[in-house]
Amino acid sequence: MSQHTLSVLVENKPGVLARIAGLFSRRGFNIHSLAVGETEHEEISRITVVVDVEDLPLEQVTKQLNKLVEVLKVVELDAASAVQRQVMLIKVRADAATRSQVLELVQLFRAKVVDVATESVTIEATGHAEKLTAFLGVLEPYGVRELVQSGIVAIGRGPRSITDRALRGA
Amino acid sequence: MSETHAAPAPTPARLAEQARAKAPLDVTGAQSLVLALEALEVDTVFGIPGGAILPAYDPLLDSVKVRHILVRHEQGAGHAAEGYAAATGKVGVCMATSGPGATNLVTALADAHMDSVPIVAITGQVASASIGTDAFQEADIRGITMPITKHNYLVTNPADIPRVLAEAFHIAATGRPGPVLVDISKDALQSRTSFAWPPRIDLPGYHPVTRPHAKQIREASKLIAAAERPVLYVGGGVIRADASEELRQFVELTRIPVVTTLMARGALPDSHELHLGMPGMHGSVAAVTALQKSDLLITLGARFDDRVTGQLSSFATGAKVIHADIDPAEISKNRHADVPIVGSCKDVLIDLIASVDADIDAGRAGDYSAWRARTAGWKRDFPLGWTEGEGDTLAPQYVLERLSAIAGPEAVYVAGVGQHQMWAAQFVEYERPRAWLNSGGLGTMGYAVPAAMGAQVGEPDRTVWAIDGDGCFQMTNQELATCVINNIPIKVAVINNSSLGMVRQWQSLFYDKRYSNTDLHTSADGQRIPDFVKLADAYGCVGLRCERPEDVDETIRQAMEITDRPVVVDFVVHRDAMVWPMVAAGVSNDLIQVAKDTAPQWDREESEAIPQSEDADHSDAEPIEEN
Repeated sequence: MSQHTLSVLVENKPGVLARIAGLFSRRGFNIHSLAVGETEHEEISRITVVVDVEDLPLEQVTKQLNKLVEVLKVVELDAASAVQRQVMLIKVRADAATRSQVLELVQLFRAKVVDVATESVTIEATGHAEKLTAFLGVLEPYGVRELVQSGIVAIGRGPRSITDRALRGA
Repeated sequence: MSETHAAPAPTPARLAEQARAKAPLDVTGAQSLVLALEALEVDTVFGIPGGAILPAYDPLLDSVKVRHILVRHEQGAGHAAEGYAAATGKVGVCMATSGPGATNLVTALADAHMDSVPIVAITGQVASASIGTDAFQEADIRGITMPITKHNYLVTNPADIPRVLAEAFHIAATGRPGPVLVDISKDALQSRTSFAWPPRIDLPGYHPVTRPHAKQIREASKLIAAAERPVLYVGGGVIRADASEELRQFVELTRIPVVTTLMARGALPDSHELHLGMPGMHGSVAAVTALQKSDLLITLGARFDDRVTGQLSSFATGAKVIHADIDPAEISKNRHADVPIVGSCKDVLIDLIASVDADIDAGRAGDYSAWRARTAGWKRDFPLGWTEGEGDTLAPQYVLERLSAIAGPEAVYVAGVGQHQMWAAQFVEYERPRAWLNSGGLGTMGYAVPAAMGAQVGEPDRTVWAIDGDGCFQMTNQELATCVINNIPIKVAVINNSSLGMVRQWQSLFYDKRYSNTDLHTSADGQRIPDFVKLADAYGCVGLRCERPEDVDETIRQAMEITDRPVVVDFVVHRDAMVWPMVAAGVSNDLIQVAKDTAPQWDREESEAIPQSEDADHSDAEPIEEN
């Protein structure tokens, strides 16, 4: 299985996400990560979906996505030519004895502390999935009490905009 | 209410007249719906009213343009809309209320989705304030039908009704046709809105490609000129695109042999000398073998369905593939296409004719004469046939053959699903498109009677024969009441073998004749539960019974003479008849059998070319998916 990142531009209407999720689930593909938000045009939403799937079924699912009436454009972003980011909020056990060590790690990974309590700190970390995994690894020994992560968002490098092209195609 | 001197409600026709004057009308959502249907030139709606859709039925009563036909079950409305659409090429319309009314449409929607039938289903929904509260007769029909419709809508704002209806009909009919569901909340039907026509269609993500790419057409022409053993593998897309005439021209130009799939019967006349019959699990030896031995499949509006290819890895292994389809997602889905062409079959054929014609003029014509001779040999040596039952019993195949001869090519034949469907596909001669309607993809038992009803409404001047099994017939025969009351004189040939025949055939072949739950007691052992003649009589139809070969012609003639009422003919046939030829599920098409444990007897040259295992034991094959 290889991991693929798809950017799907859709009309910003109720029910669109369910249709797209349905195309993946009926083929038994597990969605690894999902992020949805409005674009610079409020009538268009952008769905970034990361999925574990072989190339041939991916081609089929991409074609099926394109057939959905409310889908405007489907682009596969490859890792080399796209920037990928993910946000993580991590509540780590940190008392007087360990707090300074944890804060040092936060600095090293260019993360941020967003909440402090006597027994814990909550950290906001942003970055590529691999960096976040590494960060999580070094925090693990202190005790991760709670973890929440956003879906991956991705955007192609360079000046071109896929939304502009989608609008022109419309 | 302050308005005490309200004028009588204007009729929809009157409102439509005003609408044509472009002035927006002040109407209810329900009136807006009926006006939209009239503006879309809908002449027939099949449906059943109920709580949530009730407001729509009030203005419908006044419409002089839209005829509503009250069915007995919503599934019947759905299949009737399909039959209407498949017979006429127009969009079929069905209507139901919320909850169970809507869920009863699900089978027909799934059927239309699989067979690319353009229908629009309009359902009532509970009032928008109640949506999501498990209100009485509430079902999330939009969510339920997402994977089985081309598109669907939930409308809660009455102002959206004209636009959504226009979009729904546009989506259903264009590109690859399919079902569209429009769910409208009761408050949207009841509240005031304005109606103006035409609405602005807003579908920024919907752009079906119909014109093929010139480069792909040239690539295809090159393969056609270079091929030695080409076959035209023709699917239902040719019928949906009304491309039969173009197909005939292309065949005349190239002299390439043709197979027509179950969905494409009639796309080229069966009487055409280059027509090899139907391919697939129950296809003719000539059609199946021609595909297997071909070096070029020219695939038009077909989708390499498992019932055609058999075991995919051994299907036509020596063939390159040109695959033309209006749906890009079908191309290279099951079989890699060497030349993919996205476009409607009609436009593809028009461009191919021009391109191949130019090649021929330039001296680049393919020579297929040796191949034609071989395919003609298979067609001659392995005609369809059957073995008679014991004694004076009736062979089902004989019934279909005589029905075809007497009712003729201008009739419409509508089958259910199972053995009778395969015999109808094999033994009726189809000479024109839209003469053959059936449930191919979904395999919906119960399709025949309501679909025949819809076809008869769409084609009132044709004879419409439903060819049904005794199992299928019992699933939807309540629509006989609809037919009698609305003067829709369909004819039903029940091929009564007292069994779920196709399942029984599989039990005979693969389950050691252990007939688990396939006996229906409709004729064998003197039981007739129910008695189809009495049942017909109870509905006000004419009921006839035929049990002997010598009575077949006379019974059919008798049925043909009755035109003022539906006729049900109970053809009591012998129950051990099987559908042959057959390729067992999941095995190579090379292992086609013409009868139980009987491979075709090839001459020496052919038998060397096709490895036929002497003791092909189909019981080893894993039976998957039965009808």
